[in-house]
Amino acid sequence: MKMKEEAAVRLREFSDFAGSDKILILERIWEMKKRVSYVCLAGLLACSMLSVTGCGSKEGGKGSLTVFSYGEYMDPDVLDQFTEETGIEIKYEESLTPEEMYTKYKSGAIKYDLLCSTDYMLQKFIDEGELQKIDRGAMENSGNIGDKYWKLAAAFDPENAYTVPYFWGTLGILYDTTRVSEPVDSWDVLFNGDYAGEVIMQNSMRDTYMAALKYLGYSLNSNNENEIREAQELLLKQKPDVQAYLVDEARDEVVAGNAVMAIVYSGEAYLGHQYNENLAYVIPKEGSNVWLDAWCVTKHCEDLDAAQKFLDFLCREDIAKKNFEYIYYSTPNDAVVESLSEEERADEALVPAEDATDNCEVSLQLEPESNDLMNELWKELKAD
Amino acid sequence: MINRAKSVNRRTWLSSPYIVWVIGFTVIPLGVIFKYALTSRESGFSLENIVAIFEPIHLKAMVFSLEIAIGCTLICILLSYPLVLALRYLGMGRQGFTMFILILPMWMNFILRILAWQMILSNNGILNFLLTKLGLDALPLANTGTAIMIGVVYDYLPYMVLPIFNAVAEIDEDIMEAARDLGANGFTVFRKIIFPLSIPGLLSGIVMVFVPSMTSFVISDILGGGKLQLIGNIIEQEFTKSSNWNLGSGLSVSLMIFVLISMAFTTKNDVEGKGSAIW
Amino acid sequence: MVEKLKGFLSRFYIGLIILFLYAPILVLVMLSFNNSRSRVTWGGFTLQWYGKLFSNGQIMEALVTTLVLATASALIATVIGVLGALGIHAMRQKNYQIMMICTNIPLLNADIVTGIALMLWFVHFIPLGFGSVLLAHITFNIPYVILSVMPKIRQMNVSLYEAARDLGANAVYAFFKVILPQLASGIVAGFFMAFTMSMDDFVITYFTKGAGVNTLSTMIYGEIRKGIKPEMYALSTMIFVFVFVVLLAANYWPAKKAELQKPVSYES
Repeated sequence: MKMKEEAAVRLREFSDFAGSDKILILERIWEMKKRVSYVCLAGLLACSMLSVTGCGSKEGGKGSLTVFSYGEYMDPDVLDQFTEETGIEIKYEESLTPEEMYTKYKSGAIKYDLLCSTDYMLQKFIDEGELQKIDRGAMENSGNIGDKYWKLAAAFDPENAYTVPYFWGTLGILYDTTRVSEPVDSWDVLFNGDYAGEVIMQNSMRDTYMAALKYLGYSLNSNNENEIREAQELLLKQKPDVQAYLVDEARDEVVAGNAVMAIVYSGEAYLGHQYNENLAYVIPKEGSNVWLDAWCVTKHCEDLDAAQKFLDFLCREDIAKKNFEYIYYSTPNDAVVESLSEEERADEALVPAEDATDNCEVSLQLEPESNDLMNELWKELKAD
Repeated sequence: MINRAKSVNRRTWLSSPYIVWVIGFTVIPLGVIFKYALTSRESGFSLENIVAIFEPIHLKAMVFSLEIAIGCTLICILLSYPLVLALRYLGMGRQGFTMFILILPMWMNFILRILAWQMILSNNGILNFLLTKLGLDALPLANTGTAIMIGVVYDYLPYMVLPIFNAVAEIDEDIMEAARDLGANGFTVFRKIIFPLSIPGLLSGIVMVFVPSMTSFVISDILGGGKLQLIGNIIEQEFTKSSNWNLGSGLSVSLMIFVLISMAFTTKNDVEGKGSAIW
Repeated sequence: MVEKLKGFLSRFYIGLIILFLYAPILVLVMLSFNNSRSRVTWGGFTLQWYGKLFSNGQIMEALVTTLVLATASALIATVIGVLGALGIHAMRQKNYQIMMICTNIPLLNADIVTGIALMLWFVHFIPLGFGSVLLAHITFNIPYVILSVMPKIRQMNVSLYEAARDLGANAVYAFFKVILPQLASGIVAGFFMAFTMSMDDFVITYFTKGAGVNTLSTMIYGEIRKGIKPEMYALSTMIFVFVFVVLLAANYWPAKKAELQKPVSYES
């Protein structure tokens, strides 16, 4: 019989009790503590039994909301404050990418009440009937969110019936100004091989294909098979020159000097600049993606009132400001923007200029065949 | 006689909670995973998910995983024997302080330790910093197969060293002295005495290193920069990103079969109980 | 001369291996004193993270979850495992082998497969939460307990138990007074092994946990993308030091005790 005693090695000290002198010591201790041990054991067992039965069914019970959002996308103090003010408990779950969130949600393993997701994924949720309508009238603070952003949201949520904007921004290139030979203004630098081994791409399917498609002059929502395949060719050719496919840690790598440039979200760019002054952020001239993350309520939510309370809470100026200062992504909350300092408002990464997003597109759901194709190709690209 | 049989018979009922547990949480889940593996997303019964392991993408990942696993196992063996011999030469026993120092790192969370390696190996990281200070060329190790290899060897080396050390520590010094008296040189002593007696430990070590290093996905996630995929990564992504559970299960089943075959091979050589040289 | 060279080489090689094993730990300890949130820039020496650690609700919760999970699953696994081992030991050869194979399956299987299998099964009848992780942990802990206790059972002296019964003890009394003490060291070893496996587990927890349930491992993994909180480095350093001290004591206290108890020589 083969045994794989992995941690036996770790507990060499304790397993050494098999040595004859130590077993005597142990048996002495066992003698003394027997009665106490039995009681403790019984008590702990009882507690464990309770925890198994109790926690299993307490899921999303009265006075609690299960929230699914991105990692580090909310100040934990905000959650505590909400519970203090309303008595409603928040169970917060994190996801890395929209695709992951969709997969986890669909698996049905956990019943989520609120989701915070990205434009095209929200569109998918809406189209598949997974969401409940929200009553904006019941949320007085929702007026803090500027009209421009409701319009942006309308691209995937036509009547703004299901979603409440949370943060928005662009995708662009974060680069080290001291290590590039000329100012960066095009996706070209990622693909032309000049910076081989010093380029980091996004580990998120739509974002990486966006760069390739935009560079080739196509729409990032293209459903044209040829265009997608052309993008794939480009990416495959680029892969040996790519240092890594990362999500938000790409910022750290550029800050550390491990790479010269990376595709990042505008919010990460601001932080990057804080850590390393030599870094700059640019939205390439071929155009990029303007994205909007928003909240929605799932059909599983039984307490719509509580959910709306939470969303309303997030739109409140002081709370929105807290979150803004926690993650420094561009906020659609006009009240917060107005309260920023001159310097902060001038920073393009924090508050993008009016025209900066002119040639940026919002991501929309692809058609099923295109989606499947892109999934297949992405898998091939990563495994190459 | 009858009494003994009766008490023995009754004793088997003690294991009933365990039997229930095994059926409920080991056997049935395996059944569930087989069920997913043998059905396809669209239609009913299908073998496509199990055969999927042979598709180019998956095969590539499988081959890479095997490379890592075999490489890691071999490197661990090559690193372990000199260490064990050195420890024995210096007379350090199982209770020795050195042994204790070797086990201690395992108490720090392994994800953090792998992250630390990522910082050490990155292009502008600590290793290259030291190398350039010494006037040498920087090593572009970040996000390469070498980095992943370093990571797995680091994580699993103790699991190879300890069983071998246990086996070798039990060898009576008298035998070695006798051999030397009879004229054997160091190398012969190793070849004829130490190595053969260490084999149970070696087998334990191989089992504990080979399978985990082949199926790990965290190490390749952190040290591979998203560029290199082990079979574990692909399976994990099928469940978390692609929501194709059937394919993920099919690949898992193929992996399980593969592991069982290779383990059966090593198990054949081990008489029951000898493999527990860990103790 | 050759002896000296061999001695030097031995020490040198051991030193190299120790350096290899401790390099990342040194990095992590240094980061716990880093005055900057970034993991790539050094901002000066500080002890602030150690202080902030205790007021960080998320990390403390994860720590408590990890400890409760480890303790509870190890305890339950020990009880089921000891009973199971005793029962299996008494079985006929064929059943015994079947049970031992079943016991070895979770050990031999890659943990990703075990985790996924459990998740797929759980999804059908319970919502994922703390309970599901606990069940999963118990499941993979039991084999370690059984394998620790089995050798002890084989070495056990059954006639002692029968003698106790003959002398009038009932089965339960004889069990606790005669059988358990003989198995004690195996049980304790099994418990601690289960505890350790549970503490450091990542993959199985990752697949079977529910919303808002986080162990230290899953929390760290989730933070990799966004940047690990420096409080985490401080926590890891503290756990490391704690274990160091405990193991040091466990290692050297019995030796010291034996030394103190050595009979004093009266020879002049």
